[in-house]
This record gives sequence, C-alpha cells and structure tokens, in this order.
Amino acid sequence: MLEHLIPVLAGTLAAATPLIFAGLGELVAERSGVINLGVEGMMLIGAIAGFAAAADSGGGALAGLPAGAVAGALAALVFAVLSLSMAANQAACGLALTIFGIGLSAFIGQHYVSFSLPGLQPLDIPGLVDIPVLGRIFFHQDAVTYLALISFGIVWWVLRKTRLGLILKAVGEAPDAAHAIGYPVIAIRYGATLFGGAMAGMGGAYLSTVYTPLWVQNMVAGRGWIAIALVVFATWNPTRLVLGAWLFGGVTILQFHAQGLGIAVPVQLLAALPYLATVVVLVLISRDKRLLQLNLPASLGKPWLP
Amino acid sequence: MPLLEPRPTPSAQMRLWSPLIAIGLTLLVGSLLFLSLGKDPIEAFGVFFIQPLSSGNGWSELMVKAGPLILIAQGLAIGFRARIYNIGAEGQLIAGALAGGGVAIACDGIDAWWVLPLMVVAGAIGGALWGAIPALLRTRFNAQETLTTLMLAYVASFALSYMVNGPWRDPEGMNFPQSIMFGDPALFSPWFEGMRVNASILIAAVASVGFWIFTSRSFLAYQLTVGGLAPAAARYAGFSADRTVWISLLLSGLTAGIAGVGEVAGPVGQLNLNISPGYGFAAIIVAYLGRLNAIGIVLAGLLMALLYLGGEAAQVALQLPAAITGLFQGMLLFFLLGADVFVDYRLRPRPKPVIA
Amino acid sequence: MTTIPPPFSSPPPGALRLELTGITKRYPSVVANDGVQLKVAPGEIHAVLGENGAGKSTLMKIIYGAVQADAGQIQWNGREVVIANPSEARRLGIGMVFQHFSLFETLTVVENIALALDEPFDLKRLAERVREVSTRYGLPLDPDRLVHSLSVGERQRVEIVRCLLQEPQLLILDEPTSVLTPQAVQKLFETLRRLAAEGVSILYISHKLHEIQSLCHSATVMRGGKVTGTATPSQETPASLARMMIGRELPVCEVPAYTGEALPVLTVSKLSMIPDDPFGTQLKDIDLEVRRGEILGIAGISGNGQAELLAALSGEAPGRAEAVKLVGLPVGHLDAGKRRKRGLAFVPEERLGRGAVPPMSLADNATLSAHAQGLVKKGFLRPKAAWEFAKTCIQRFDVRCGGPGAAARSLSGGNLQKFIVGREIMQKPIAMVVAQPTWGVDVGAAAFLRQTLIDLSRSGVAILVVSEELEELFEICDRIAVLAEGRLGPAVPKAHTNAEKIGMQMSGLFTSATDREPDHAAA
Repeated sequence: MLEHLIPVLAGTLAAATPLIFAGLGELVAERSGVINLGVEGMMLIGAIAGFAAAADSGGGALAGLPAGAVAGALAALVFAVLSLSMAANQAACGLALTIFGIGLSAFIGQHYVSFSLPGLQPLDIPGLVDIPVLGRIFFHQDAVTYLALISFGIVWWVLRKTRLGLILKAVGEAPDAAHAIGYPVIAIRYGATLFGGAMAGMGGAYLSTVYTPLWVQNMVAGRGWIAIALVVFATWNPTRLVLGAWLFGGVTILQFHAQGLGIAVPVQLLAALPYLATVVVLVLISRDKRLLQLNLPASLGKPWLP
Repeated sequence: MPLLEPRPTPSAQMRLWSPLIAIGLTLLVGSLLFLSLGKDPIEAFGVFFIQPLSSGNGWSELMVKAGPLILIAQGLAIGFRARIYNIGAEGQLIAGALAGGGVAIACDGIDAWWVLPLMVVAGAIGGALWGAIPALLRTRFNAQETLTTLMLAYVASFALSYMVNGPWRDPEGMNFPQSIMFGDPALFSPWFEGMRVNASILIAAVASVGFWIFTSRSFLAYQLTVGGLAPAAARYAGFSADRTVWISLLLSGLTAGIAGVGEVAGPVGQLNLNISPGYGFAAIIVAYLGRLNAIGIVLAGLLMALLYLGGEAAQVALQLPAAITGLFQGMLLFFLLGADVFVDYRLRPRPKPVIA
Repeated sequence: MTTIPPPFSSPPPGALRLELTGITKRYPSVVANDGVQLKVAPGEIHAVLGENGAGKSTLMKIIYGAVQADAGQIQWNGREVVIANPSEARRLGIGMVFQHFSLFETLTVVENIALALDEPFDLKRLAERVREVSTRYGLPLDPDRLVHSLSVGERQRVEIVRCLLQEPQLLILDEPTSVLTPQAVQKLFETLRRLAAEGVSILYISHKLHEIQSLCHSATVMRGGKVTGTATPSQETPASLARMMIGRELPVCEVPAYTGEALPVLTVSKLSMIPDDPFGTQLKDIDLEVRRGEILGIAGISGNGQAELLAALSGEAPGRAEAVKLVGLPVGHLDAGKRRKRGLAFVPEERLGRGAVPPMSLADNATLSAHAQGLVKKGFLRPKAAWEFAKTCIQRFDVRCGGPGAAARSLSGGNLQKFIVGREIMQKPIAMVVAQPTWGVDVGAAAFLRQTLIDLSRSGVAILVVSEELEELFEICDRIAVLAEGRLGPAVPKAHTNAEKIGMQMSGLFTSATDREPDHAAA
C-alpha cells in the first residue's frame, strides 16, 4: 500500500502547485479589497503565454514561467483599469476577463496544438530526500513546486510581519480611512491585483510547461475557480490556503491512481470530484457567517473612488 | 485627482449608447487584429457579418443559434438585475438536455404527440432543479452562487459524459460517446426542407414577450431590481432576499434547461458531448449587452449568434481559428463594461486655474 | 459649561502658527470654500463654526493635505507651504482627529497607530510609547486591544494619541464631541487646554455653540463656503453666534400638549438579541412603551445597540414574536413589509441605500415602502399612481428637487430626508420609528423635520426617535430613555431629567461594575 501511496502524495504536491500560485495571488488581491473572478482567464493566458515562450525560445519552463507571470499581470491590468480606475462592477469585470482569457488562449493556442515540451525533471534536495517516506514525498519534486512553497513563505511573512501587510489589510478593510490618513488606495490595489495576475499566470504556465507539458485548449479546467473558492475556504489565511490546495491536489490526482488503489467507480465521477469537493467545502465554511465576517476584508468587491 | 465623478442622475442616453460604443470598439480592435494577421479587415468583416446572411440557410442558422442564446439570457437577466450571478447556465442547459433526452430515450419507438412536450417539461424541470441546488446552498448555507453554479456546470458535463459513455450509449454507435438518434416524435421538425430552423425558436420568442412584461411591469421584478441596486433598501422594504435568490436561480435554470432540450431535440438530435458550443456562457454576454432588458436581449442574441456564424465562416474562408469568436465575445464584454461606467459617471472637467 | 476660558493674549504679528489666505475649492455642483481667510496663533484654541455644508470639513482637509485647494496660500510658521498629502502635513506637525474615525476595526490599537506614523516599523517599541503618552495625557489605552472591541470614546482616544505621538504643533478636531458623553466632553476639554498651554494650536470644528463658548479663545464663522465673521466666543451669546452661523434667528419648534388618550401603541418587552454582525452589540432585556400622541426619545452614542434595536423594531432583523407588539398584537417575528402593513412606519438613519435606492427616481422610490397605497395592483406596478404619490409628497413636505423623476441620489440630505419622512407619513402609520432624524441636515430643514414629527405625534401617532443629538431630543421628545451597552434605561419625562443625568447613564451606570471600568476612566 505504501509504495502506492508515496507517488500519490508526491503527485498531490505537484497538483497543488498551480492552486497555490493562483490562490496566493487571489488572496493578496482580496486582502486589499479586490475580488477578481478572472483567475481562470489569467491562468489560461499565463498558460498559453508560458507555453508559447517555452516552445518558441526553446527555453522550456525556465522561459515559460516568467512569460506566464508577465502575461497574467497584463491581463490583470486590463481588469484593474476597468474595476479600479473606472469603478466598474468587479464581479462582471472578472467574468469578462475569464471569457476573454478562454477566447484568447484558444485563439493563440491554435498554433501550438500537438506541440509538446520537455517538462522539468524532479530536483532532489540533498540530504532531505533520504528521509524515509517523507523525503520521496516532499523533497523529490520539480523546482517550481518548491518555488510555490517559497512564495507561500514570503506571502505569509509579508502579511504577518511587515508594514506592507498591515497596509494591505487596512486598505481592504476601510479604504476611506486609509485614504484619509494618506495611503494611495488605488495604487495599492493595483499592486495587489497585478501581483494576483502574475501569480495566476505563473500557475497557468506551470500547468502548460511542467505539469502536463503540452497544449490543450481550456487546459486550466476550472482550477482558477477552485483557487477562488480556496481563498474563501482559507478565510484569507495563507497557511490554510496551502493546506486546502494540498487537499484539492489530492482529490485531483485521485482519478489517475484510482485503479492502483483499488477504487472502482466510474472515471467521470472521479473527475467530477474536485468540483463537487469545492461545493462541499464552500458550504462547510460559508455556513458560519460570523467566522466569514470576522475574516472577510470589509470592502471586498465594493467599487471605491477617492 | 480622480478623472471620474458620479452623475447626479444616471444617464439614460448612455445606457443605450454604451452597447453601440462597445460594438464599435470591438470592430475597431478586430480590424487591427485582422490587419496584424495579414487579412484585409473589410473582407474579413464581410466574411464575418455579411456572408452568413446572404443565403436562406444563413438566416435559418442565425435563428437556430439565436434561439437558445436569447432564451437563456432572458432567464439570466432576471438574476443579474438582483446581482445573483448564475454563471453556470451551461450546467443547467446540460441538466435540461439530460432530462429531456432521457424522456426521448425512454419513449423511443412511441409515436405520440406528447413526447416532445413532455421532453420540454422534463428539460425545464431538470434545468430548474440544477439551479435549485445553488439556490438552496446560498439561502441555507450562505455559499456564494457564483462559485457553486460554475462548479455544478463542470459536474453536469461529467454527468453527461458518464451517461453517453455508459447507460445511455448507443449500442450501435461504434463506441462513440453518444446516445441513439431520437425518433421523429422526439424532434422539433424543421420548417423548411434542408434548413434546421424549427419551432423551438417560438419558445424563445414567447419567453421574450413574457419576460418583457414581467421585467417592465411586475412588482416582483421591481423587488429583484431593488435587491440588486441596494440590498439594505430591499430589507428595509421587507422584500425577501431568499425569495430573490430562489426566483433568480429557478427561472434561469428553467430557461437554460428548455434551451438544452431545444438543442438535443433540434439541431443535435441526440445526446452527445457537443450539445452546446458554450451557449450558457455566451448568454451572460448577451444578457449584459442587451442591458438586462428583454428587447435588448433579443437584439444582442441575434448579434451574438451572428458572431458564432461569422467565426465558422471565417474558419472556412479565411483559415482563421474558430476561437476568434470567443476572443470577440470577451472583448465585447470588456468594452461594454468600460462604456457602462459612463452611465453612472462622467469625466471630471479639469479645474480651471484661478488667479488668486 | 459656563467656565470662562483663561485669558489669551494674541501673539505678536508674524508669529502665527497657521495663516490661510484666499483658499478656494470648487466642486462641480458647489463652491465648498470661497476665498477663506484663517489665522491661528501658537497655543490658541480656535473654533471653526458653521452648519452642515458650510465648508468646514473641506477646509480642514485642505490643511491636512487630503484635498488640494484650487487657489489660495497656506503660511505655516511664517513660511509659505504646499501640503500635497497627509503625510506631508504630519511632517510639518499637523495632526487631525476625524469626525468619522479613520480607524481599522480588525487591527489592534498599536497597529492602527503604526499605520499613521512615518517611522520604522517596530510594534513593540511603539506600544511602549503609546502607553507612556496615553498615561501622560490622561487618555489610558491598551495598545494590544482590537479596535472593534473599543467604545466610541476609546476610539477617539486612539486617534488623539496617534496625533500626539507625532508631537504636533497644530491639532485639528472635527466635531469631536458628537461621540462623547457630556462628562467625557469635559475630560477632553481638559486635555485640549493642557495641550494648548504647552503651545499646541488647536482648530476645533463644531456647530455646538455652548462648547465653543466654554473652550475656544477665538472663532471663525463660515456660511456657504465663505467666512462670515470672526469673534471672541466668550464675548458673544449663543444667539449672536447662531446669527453669524445661519444668517438669521435660530428657528424654534412649537410643542403643543397632546390632548387625546395616551394608549400604548408600540411595546417592546424583554427583547434580547445576539447580532449576526460579529462587531455588533448584543441587546439585553429591553423594555419600552411608546404611547399615542407622544414622542419617546432614545439617547445614547451610536454603537451601543442603536442599529440592532432599530433593526429589531423595523423588522429587518425579526425575532421572538412577543418581544415587539403593535397595539397589543405580537409582530416581533414579522419582516419589515408585514409590520408596515400593520401601521408601523420606519425612517432609517442611512437615507441613500436603505431609505431610498440611490439611482432610482423618487416615483420609483415611493413604491419602495408605499406600494400598499395603490401603487401596485394585482402584482403589477402602477407608474402613474407612483408618480402622483411622489408629486404629492414633494409638495406637501417641501422637498426641493427636480420633480418625481429626479434620482434619489441627486437630492441633498435634508430634502431626501423630507421625502422619506413624507413618504412614511403619507401611509398613515399608527406608530413611527425614526433614526437620527436631522443627521447631516441644514438648520432650516432640521427645524421643518422636527416640527413635522411633533405635529404628527399630536395627531395621535406614537413616535420613537433614536438620536445622538441630546439637544434635539430635549426639544421634541416627551420622555427620554438612554441606550448604553445594549441596555435601555427607564423612560423619564423630559422635565425630570437633564443632560448631566443622561450623560451619567450613557457612561453605562446600569451595567455591572467590571464592564464599566474602561469607560469610567473616561468619565
């Protein structure tokens, strides 16, 4: 059993990586009071940009990830201009971004159908990889999976320990008050939104250049939406977000290992499991209104102009 | 110094102009896109918007595609007025198609007039039930309908995949994921030889009239609108927020479900994995582009249908990927949201320098 | 309140702390400041006096750098300066205590303070300094408490301490006493006098004449964006100051006696409620009775359960059926619409977004609560009837606007309030609940609204008014009760109480000794 379980758990970490990137980005944006429902679109745009850069430059994932981050941030910029500078409805703008991202990535992706990339070899962390069981799970991963965890560490530290984290929270909580004491609310929200876009783009690029290194139309397959749900599930807490992402990573890869683990259910049911799990998790967390309200950035989704 | 300032009263003119501005900007950016791809924009737009309508069959196809878009958008618009964001109409469409298709499969071989109406009723119920789940989760557990409706759309597509790969797979279908072809009693028969337009378009037409009366005159629609514009005012007036959620999701689920039956009992003729080219999502744009107004939605639905046809024509005539339709849809919605800002805001005039 | 401020000798010319000349600020629909002059000397407590909309707040925001003037000069300690933003103002030594606090609920006291200081980020050291400065000035604070757990008075202390940590030379206070009990006001004045004695200049913005007379050395009076005069408050009378402020005599309401039968109409018994909002106040065992023909006033500082009590009365937060009764029938479980059908009208504090839908026309807003008055028939709207209803309301209640088609958000606060009050009265209620009836309303409209409420009560309607303005309650109410920390005191006839007694109750005299501790220090 254990020899079956180790690849499942190791695969869980990799499957969680795009969710961690996109989820952390959205978490930061939401902390500043911006709800961007365009994560799916930004991930797709990041995925195709990353794939194109990786394929055209021959640089592989190394070229793909930065390209994905830049493309994701540019997509977020469009959203930010509309919803922050022009105070348009954030929910609708996010939806538009998702629809646009689906269209754009499919349009560009037409060139790259049936292309494939080399992907990334796992990187063993010397010493740690030899720890029994855990070593093969945690320290035998591709470099980007480590990068996702490092990103988590940085986001956690900034939010918890720095003035910037405090400012972000203040802006998300009461933009009027932050403005009154002299903080540039719109600029800070731009920053958080663009960071969210870059992280989503990076998550998308990971999918297309490392996780399944070939181009498939609509390959993000709802992970952007799951990432948004994870932020709610995490009650805007980065640690819980990573735990949630691992949970979903596990559910996602269950379908590939079901046979090996001796689970006999229709493959479609297993494939639907992450989406059903999202609904269940949302219900569980949302039913406690007080808990949500205590953690919810008070100005979330409300248009604000100085 | 912000560039925008709120208007004292929303501009009714701008509300009408905004979709036209959005269409204009989309065409402009579209031309640039065509130029960058080395195509003549005039020719390209000819292929996109003129060629599809130059034959009787083109008009028939326009109706075939506009029907479901308009029908779904009418239902969605009710919810959007109340800021209930059902973005999973695609799932409700599939649920309706499954329910209606199930009736067709069960009644295979029965030659009776009631098969088709029964399918429509089943589809309506199926779609409404699929919409009822997020409504229950929202009213009972406070779970955001935006995410749940969308997640359930994925679940519905896997359910469809399961049914056409498993229980309902056509035994003589060479293992393709599809059901049997429905018999004539389970199909809307085409009006004209060789064209696909059929009576299901009438459902969209009748629904549009009904929604127009409902939204423009009924107190219930007024309550939904208040709930969307000012939730605290709705509570103050005693309008039930839960009822708003239920009505929004049931109605939009119902129309999407009927649209699903229209597809499987119309142009598709069976259950398979391609019963909708994303109508449920495109209808979101139709609803906004039509100003959440029943008449506007009819016009916007026709335009969006034309965009689908143009995309197909461009694929053949210009070797452009069909995905260009999705790109135009996204751009259109972006420009629309941008232009809509000027319904409630105007540019702030630069303060004139004053000599002190 | 009648203590005369210590004599104050004007400093020699040229040594002014702040001098404004020709400050002008235009907004699209209004000139907020028009050639304003203002002079403040070191150690001077200077009042800026004017009613709502006179341009005081805009002027203060200009001094604090939050708003830029279109024209005019600012001289700071004899040197011309441009104040581009609040952090520049703070660098110069200008601190501001906001009317609607600029605090963040989910952050701690010390985090809130850190956000407004332009110095290296070290919360531990800052917490020490907060303790030290707050004790020195008699404003005790616990740096680690979350702001949402503080009382309104304590929150103001946070703002003041935040300013003091920057060792300001000028402190701006915008309507600081509206959130304080009368006793806490005296305590605040002591702190301010002490600061002034240390050389800090104070700009004190208020419309409360007696406070200005007891505290301020000099005053600048504004009306319609212009300076209408300067005065030495101790040498003026409230009436003369009021004339400068509003340009005419203060209007006074007529309060005739009620002659009908005083039957109880709206009764609340043993109402307890835990709010959904985690930052809300729990209501504890509230009993009250409003009778025909009277106005019952509920005094207290917002945040002591006012919002929760109003929601429980209006039906926006239904609860136990027996807790609220209307002419003896239980209605506590009904929603707002059903209670309105039984004759309970409600005027909320929040006019835009609650009492009215901002982008909708007045005619459409008539339908919001008055739909049962023939504006809806068999489930269908009757736009003509709504138009007529709005038109009548506009005429009868002197609503100045562009007609029934005008959007609610295009009206001034006073006119929208007249429309909402009128709409509720036209439904012929038997009881009416009104929250902050004249908040943010100019003096003329306020007098009209108060008189309207008095007349309505004398026609036999039971009226409950919740207000932070004690003077307003003494003007229009027959009996007054105090709401503090979610508990309601007994309703006392107005003649048997006074501001001081009510102030004692506001400090929470009917709560347990342990709860009272922090506020006691303030009082």
